[in-house]
Amino acid sequence: MARLVVMGGGVSGHTAATFAKKMLGKEHEVVVVTPNSLWNWIPSNIWVGVGEMGKKDVVFPLAPVYEKAGIDYRQAKAVSIHPEGNSTNGDAFITIEYTGQNREGQSESLTYDYLINATGPKLNFGATEGLSNGNGDVGEHTVSVCSADHAVHASHELKACIEKMKKGEKQTFLIGTGHGMCTCQGAAFEYIFNIEHTLKQEGVRDMAEIIFITNESFLGDFGMGGLHFKMGGFATSSKVFAESLYAERGLNWILGAHVNKVEAGKVTYESLDGEMDTQAFDFAMLIPPFAGVGLKAYDKEDGDITEKLFAPNGFMKVDANYNAGSYENWKASDWPRTLQNQDYKNIFAVGIAFAPPHPISKPMSSKNGTPITPTPPRTGMPSAMMGKAVTMSIVDMIKHGASEPTHTSSMAEMGAACVASAGKGLFSGTAAAMTVYPIVPDFEKYPGTGRDLNGTTGELGLAAHWVKHILHFGFLWKAKLKPGWTLIPE
Amino acid sequence: MAKHVKHIEPYSPQFGTMIPLGSQKFLRTCVLWQIVRFVAINIRMTILILKSHH
Repeated sequence: MARLVVMGGGVSGHTAATFAKKMLGKEHEVVVVTPNSLWNWIPSNIWVGVGEMGKKDVVFPLAPVYEKAGIDYRQAKAVSIHPEGNSTNGDAFITIEYTGQNREGQSESLTYDYLINATGPKLNFGATEGLSNGNGDVGEHTVSVCSADHAVHASHELKACIEKMKKGEKQTFLIGTGHGMCTCQGAAFEYIFNIEHTLKQEGVRDMAEIIFITNESFLGDFGMGGLHFKMGGFATSSKVFAESLYAERGLNWILGAHVNKVEAGKVTYESLDGEMDTQAFDFAMLIPPFAGVGLKAYDKEDGDITEKLFAPNGFMKVDANYNAGSYENWKASDWPRTLQNQDYKNIFAVGIAFAPPHPISKPMSSKNGTPITPTPPRTGMPSAMMGKAVTMSIVDMIKHGASEPTHTSSMAEMGAACVASAGKGLFSGTAAAMTVYPIVPDFEKYPGTGRDLNGTTGELGLAAHWVKHILHFGFLWKAKLKPGWTLIPE
Repeated sequence: MAKHVKHIEPYSPQFGTMIPLGSQKFLRTCVLWQIVRFVAINIRMTILILKSHH
């Protein structure tokens, strides 16, 4: 019997664990270690953040789902990896610390034959002065939609602003990224349009100034260096697509901004031109930068090998080319294909947990040397595909004795479908349905725009909103392992 | 047609992009047309998914 341990129960970890158990059956053991008791369909948090959905609509308890599937669930956070065992135990193991199941604070060792790191990000609010509450969570001056609880709080704050506007008090909304090295601009993109839509529905749109602040050097970069859509006989830049949408809705934008300080009602930011400026707000939702969750690693003699397994940002090294050098030398082939750690071949990292070889967007710094560059997005569809591909490789290793991973999942060889809500409503809602293929541009294979124009598309409309809503129900159905769940693609 | 375009301040960032006019805005929420687009988006995404699994 082999034991597969999956650290993390988000989109990629949950996908990996559930498919692994289905493919491995009762003969082998699948263990999930996650500090959370609830699974959250994060893409719908933006609807919670404007009061269109409640927390209960976007989460469900993990324990009964894992019990039904026969997965060993430990509500705990992973603390360290010991890929060579230690002086008393020759088997590879991880240490965990319980956060629930009436064992809070207790530590335990878990041996493994195969390990998947799907720990996702640490929401690094502490990276920006005033963005954190001092304990690593969102601070008092801004709101967040990164978790369901954050989004519930955001909706209450939004409601309070709407009440003020109804009484004749103008409000300024600031939505965007809270640091120069953020990713996940898409969430801010969705939230700002949903706020605008909500204010319009409440009849107070004219009382609001709405501003987008972003570390992107142009709107529509999305951490992917922008993209070109096939549209109306043109290869149209995502810059034009995004700017058009912001202009149509009367939204202003601040580009190339590194927010370095948040105070009550005011942010201070540095621009790419090196200037410091401030922006006042009454309501602000600023996405924090992501970092690794802070796992440590030790060798057989208990020597610290964290730097061997992890990049300085805390993400796990896999089969990527980490020596690509400057932007001019970057290639699509730098991106990992098997997601296997090259020092310890029974360890894999998927989703946000793997260390990208470099950004996708061109690195930029302010005149003062402050890096202001979107980091690569690797959430949602790509992370689920990675989770499934790695699982299939491990299953082949366990059941069929494969010596090397049999499946690949490179972001330079896969596409992504992104449906970004621009307002909810069965007949009044709209969303931007975007497909991009491949995620990482490959200028050797697709000279010109770096992407396949037949697979890179974008359109705004009600149909995309329907798709987004169906995805909400479809993926929750799939994650709950309800009948036919394997038929719903990642 | 002009009623669909609000004033845009010349030389502002918003002035430098394309602005949808009435027909485009109408089609975005026209249920019949959006049913067609719904089918098209789903086909497109299915092809993308099939191309992405290795």
